[in-house]
Amino acid sequence: MNFAELELLRATARESIKLRLGEEPSDNFKYHVLVCGGTGCISIGCQNTLQAMQKAIEDHGLQETVKLVVTGCMGTCEMGPVITVFPEGYYYCRVKPEDVEEIVTSHLKEGKFVERLCYHAADGTVQPKKSDMVFFKKQKRNALRNCGLINQTSIEEYIAMDGYKALAKVLQEMTPQQVVDEVKKSGLRGRGGAGFPTGMKWQFVLDQKADQKYVVVNGDEGDPGAFMDRSVLEDDPYSVIEAMTIGGYAVGASKGYAYIRLEYPRAIDHFTKALARAREVGLLGNNILGTDFSFDIEIRVGAGAFVCGEETALLASIEGRRGEPRPRPPFPAVSGLFGKPTLINNVETWANICPIIIKGGDWYATMGTEKSKGTKVFTLAGKINNTGLVEVPLGITLREIVEDIGGGVPGGKAFKAAQTGGPSGGCIPAAYLDTPIDYENLAALGSIVGSGGMIIVDEGTCMVDLAKFYLGFTQDESCGKCTPCRIGTKRMLEILERITKGVGKEEDIELLIELANSIKASALCGLGQTAPNPILSTLRYFRDEYEAHVKDKTCPAGVCKMPRKGLKS
Amino acid sequence: MGAECKCNCEQDKKLDALFAQYKGNPNGLIVVLAAIQEVHGYLPKDYLIKTAEELGVPLSDVYGVATFYAAFSLRPRGRHSVNLCLGTACYVKGAPEVQAMLEKEMGIKAGNTTEDRRFSLDLVRCLGACGIAPVMTVNGEVYPRMTAEKVSEILAKYE
Repeated sequence: MNFAELELLRATARESIKLRLGEEPSDNFKYHVLVCGGTGCISIGCQNTLQAMQKAIEDHGLQETVKLVVTGCMGTCEMGPVITVFPEGYYYCRVKPEDVEEIVTSHLKEGKFVERLCYHAADGTVQPKKSDMVFFKKQKRNALRNCGLINQTSIEEYIAMDGYKALAKVLQEMTPQQVVDEVKKSGLRGRGGAGFPTGMKWQFVLDQKADQKYVVVNGDEGDPGAFMDRSVLEDDPYSVIEAMTIGGYAVGASKGYAYIRLEYPRAIDHFTKALARAREVGLLGNNILGTDFSFDIEIRVGAGAFVCGEETALLASIEGRRGEPRPRPPFPAVSGLFGKPTLINNVETWANICPIIIKGGDWYATMGTEKSKGTKVFTLAGKINNTGLVEVPLGITLREIVEDIGGGVPGGKAFKAAQTGGPSGGCIPAAYLDTPIDYENLAALGSIVGSGGMIIVDEGTCMVDLAKFYLGFTQDESCGKCTPCRIGTKRMLEILERITKGVGKEEDIELLIELANSIKASALCGLGQTAPNPILSTLRYFRDEYEAHVKDKTCPAGVCKMPRKGLKS
Repeated sequence: MGAECKCNCEQDKKLDALFAQYKGNPNGLIVVLAAIQEVHGYLPKDYLIKTAEELGVPLSDVYGVATFYAAFSLRPRGRHSVNLCLGTACYVKGAPEVQAMLEKEMGIKAGNTTEDRRFSLDLVRCLGACGIAPVMTVNGEVYPRMTAEKVSEILAKYE
């Protein structure tokens, strides 16, 4: 494929999806029926709904006028199986196979939408169209731009959505330095957790002199409660493949590795198919788009180790070794995979690259706050009405996410805290609901943006128990290479277990703080350095709960199995 | 020592092809072990030795990698693999109760295989389906919104 052929394909492919984009189509289709094929929807039976829809369309002889498309995750996992009907964008939730007939006879044949299946907000209002839904209104989708809108593995639909426009632009008009400058200008920070400026990372790798360089996507999303990388890899694999190809051009690498965790078999499957298809049409491999630039990507499947999300551990794992981190420097940008300069970015970071190239770094920098530019994907889960995947401009308040997008806490219970950043993060209590979310503000509150997992907990959650949960996780996942992490987290976990069983001692709280601070200061890698964060943060805002466990032998939330108050254990 | 064929010969041929591909190349260690695990359901001792010989990696390193990653098992697994997610969303929505019921019904602690090798029970960290928490999978089939009450009915489906 060359540049002209790509544009020709884009023009024809565009026609076939226009109806979904609110543009005047030239084909015969009157409706596009999009069925969410995200993992959440699959798990609750979207396949049956899909089959019923296919059959109903055939039974009513609507194949010529109704196009059925399986897309990736639309983001509203709680409401699945989800169906969207375009051109208007009516949004049907929890569609069971027996509901399908009504959608076909009423909506697709008579043009009357089915109100009972539409989204009913917690306040009782009906928000029938996607454009009516507060869930979507407050979002701004860059990394998730194609998720839920196009067929997951169709390169044609990806190209129709401006796919490979960025790569074409880079190869035709830009020098590697110009590409890196554009990324710098955007202010994009690494979305994997640490928030390091992406453009600066690219510059480091570009500046290295080496016979071989590598580009890597970190798809080892092990952070419990985060699943945005899964969604992008499954639902829009080409956006990562195209971006990595651009990265390869920018830093001078000819080879890329996609490290995807084993627990995501569909992501591995879709990414593998997408790689093969991209190679087939000449957008990956030798002489891409007829230029002398060559680049290819190989998949490496993880083997189940959280610590492999740490970049030096991940690189060790690609090399076939135990995924143990090593001290930095040297950073991977200087000496990474097989000792060569390596550009490693998280899935979501890569997914932001193409829009930045097409629309310019300045455009991206108009979103967000002064130091935290652009948009961030959060996964809303836990005790919240609308669990799911949302992408919002940084600077949005926690209240807007929880109450407007998330629809509040279910069951009339009170919001207690948002746990952000997973095991490396902390809690934000209700008093800070109006804090604009960005890297600096969350750090000031003792939490982090991290990978973007956001677990909402209500009054029925015990914060000591939650801290124990995270400690159990990091203790379990510690690679064991350094003592603070291997032994320190074990000791902390033991203390927490004591406290939650009602046999904690008064000095335990001080001991926890002392251990936490020394582990933070001395662990080898990010996993160990941040392991005490859930404890420190819950102690900061919910110290009274710890004290109730220790002094009164009670669990205020009623979660921990404690001996009755007043009895000696 | 060569590895004996204990299962499907076709699949063992695939392993041989992989051994040939990575002969003398330590970088292929995880790829090869993953393939053995997939074919046999665990990593038999003979295969660990063969892997060490073929790839030119010390056996201690092979063992080190095999015990480091959660995906690898040195013991035979049950016929049905039950994975309960213990990610944060699942945890706060009641996965510990489901775990207790699973352990009670199977009579084993998580991480083990029942004596009749009917079930292996494992706790996994985040399957990435937090929207439908708590989540359990049996042989890859997903059971959303799990409760302790649902456990025995689901297990009964697997002989």
